[in-house]
Amino acid sequence: MKAKIHVTLKQGILDPQGKAIEHALDSLGFKNAANVRVGKYMEVDVNETDAAKAAEQVKQMCEKLLANTVIEDYRYELQ
Amino acid sequence: MKIGVVVFPGSNCDHDCQYVFKDLLRQHVEMIWHKETSLAGLAAVVLPGGFSYGDYLRTGAIARFSPVMGAVKAFANKGGLVIGICNGFQILLEAGLLPGVMLRNTSLNFICKDVYVKVENAATRFTNRCASGQVLKIPIAHADGNYYTDPVTLGGIKANAQVIFRYCTADGKVTPETNPNGSLDNIAGIMNADGNVLGLMPHPERSAESILGNEDGRLIFLSMLTSFGASELQSKLVGA
Repeated sequence: MKAKIHVTLKQGILDPQGKAIEHALDSLGFKNAANVRVGKYMEVDVNETDAAKAAEQVKQMCEKLLANTVIEDYRYELQ
Repeated sequence: MKIGVVVFPGSNCDHDCQYVFKDLLRQHVEMIWHKETSLAGLAAVVLPGGFSYGDYLRTGAIARFSPVMGAVKAFANKGGLVIGICNGFQILLEAGLLPGVMLRNTSLNFICKDVYVKVENAATRFTNRCASGQVLKIPIAHADGNYYTDPVTLGGIKANAQVIFRYCTADGKVTPETNPNGSLDNIAGIMNADGNVLGLMPHPERSAESILGNEDGRLIFLSMLTSFGASELQSKLVGA
């Protein structure tokens, strides 16, 4: 199965990259753009056919390595 | 006394740390490749600066799973002296040996310059050669030095005098203007509750010799040696 994983900064954590992009969008004329947040997207092939088992493995990957849960949230979908 | 300097793929301050302990302070130094799993016979361990694993994913995130880190954790848990400098500090945070995380500098810039830091606690194994409140001039060189932790943890480390260095003016005033990276409470370095693990963003190994124009950083390494006992220090510190 393929896991598609998003890692994003938690609400309230300052995101200077997001702020810089927001200012750039503003200067390009996108006046409606607000609250830009930069995150990470990862794809992982998991050699597992059982969706529940794959989900448990991906959850552990996120908790142990892919996200630092002090400042980041993660979500994933399996296909 | 034997000091271990861990070498990760991408470490680049390892030889500077080796030079300070070996050539300036006359100690035995062992370079420890990250695949090693034993730290037997070492008095202290240095996690040096650099860009371990290219800073991929997050700074220090992959290095913390290097084989040697299991041994570093065991060493620290037994009371062994561990200092993490810059990327080494980031690795200690990811490994959970120190609390908190590093965020990107608020300016988004890689900042490389001399800064002043105030010694907030001089009664430690890393600062006993400093005076309380002494100001040290030490360079920083990082893009991710914006220390962050939750308010409860921050309150805890402050109450417990675990904040060891804070960015300040040349005369020791801790102000928002002197904060180079957005770090919470101007924090430049913290220690664990047991007092044997220190992480700091400034590079004392780059300011440990007068030929470099500044030897304030040397005090931190001398403090580590002093913490092992003055008599041993005197016998070892030939020419220091």
